[in-house]
Amino acid sequence: MSNANDATFDQTKSGAGNDVSRRDFLNQITVGALGIAGLGSVAVTYQYFAPNVLFEPATQFRAGTPDLYPVHSVTFLQDQQVYIVRMPEGFYAVSAVCTHLGCVTQWKSEAEMIACPCHGSKFKADGTKIEGPAPRPLPHFALSLTADGELLVDKLQSVKNSQALKV
Amino acid sequence: MATNVSLLLETLRESKVWKSVFRRGPANSNRTRSMAVFGNLFLHWMPVKVREKSLHVRASYYLGSISFLLFLILFVTGILLMFYYHPAAPNAYRDMKDLQFVVSNGVFLRNLHRLAAHLMVFMVFAHMFHVFYRGGYKPPHEFNWVIGVVLLLVTLFLSYTGYLLPWDQLAFWAVTVGTNIISAMPVIGDKIRFLLLGGHIVGENALLRFYVMHVLILPLVALVLIGIHFWRVQKDGGLTVKSKDSDGR
Repeated sequence: MSNANDATFDQTKSGAGNDVSRRDFLNQITVGALGIAGLGSVAVTYQYFAPNVLFEPATQFRAGTPDLYPVHSVTFLQDQQVYIVRMPEGFYAVSAVCTHLGCVTQWKSEAEMIACPCHGSKFKADGTKIEGPAPRPLPHFALSLTADGELLVDKLQSVKNSQALKV
Repeated sequence: MATNVSLLLETLRESKVWKSVFRRGPANSNRTRSMAVFGNLFLHWMPVKVREKSLHVRASYYLGSISFLLFLILFVTGILLMFYYHPAAPNAYRDMKDLQFVVSNGVFLRNLHRLAAHLMVFMVFAHMFHVFYRGGYKPPHEFNWVIGVVLLLVTLFLSYTGYLLPWDQLAFWAVTVGTNIISAMPVIGDKIRFLLLGGHIVGENALLRFYVMHVLILPLVALVLIGIHFWRVQKDGGLTVKSKDSDGR
């Protein structure tokens, strides 16, 4: 009686010289399929949460003709959060966003420095750090002239702080 | 008069409707009183018996209960505020000002929500310190301690997401600074900030995302964890009571 039972059990356990039983095989298939579906759900949910179109200020913009900016001047462009700095050696486009925690800085003309209202970082007009807590100087953005003679700022492109646009 | 009222209550308890709702006999024995707790969805996770000394003020200062009461206040006032608030710019700021100056009792509800939120953060911290210094994190309470720490984080996230909703200067710069702290995380920091804000700046996407987290996701998580937290107190044998408390102090 018990022998007959063992025989039946063995038959289901090992089919055609395979070590994996039917039950284990189906379990593995099911768990594998559910796992792939789960990972896929995570991936498409991640994609869903990352927006494809943003209604944010353009990263590339025109800043008018060079003669709008006198020599030795710092002009704050509110919408773009950029300073157009004109020195004898040429033009700089300096980021107005503090490198500490992202507050928008202000040009203090009487003290001749850029100051952050959030945590008190101070910078020179060319973005060089005077005092912290900001870890880095303000970055410079790529500045060029369009064919019709306007300044063009590209905020996605950073340039060396020594690189000035001569007009 | 008194006999009339008790007679009326007696008749009510014997009625078919009452018996269909409360499936137990009259509360005149420990068994039926226990059944009343077991058989109620809102009470079944609570203990049917507690040690008397764990009810003394000094055993807990009711800090956990006060935190939960504040959570309930925030739940109710939050739902009421939602009836006047649009999570979009520029409506959000105007709706907040309308609640303060135009809507009847709006300023009361808004301040109740705001102050209860500040108080809840304080009370949850006080509760945590009290449990810690009583050794409430020791076996068999380790798991419930961890649940409590997660609940503290959920409380802080609820506070932080609610901070943006007035859409004023304070809200804007607090969230700008906070999410820039997140982006200081190596490798994935900027990605997490982008997903959290739904963009690169604190804009309308960020307002909507913080709103959904504040009014739906985080309260849901908090409710589930609070349920587990209360249930575990009972399963772990009640509040931590020390032998020196036996004199009732």
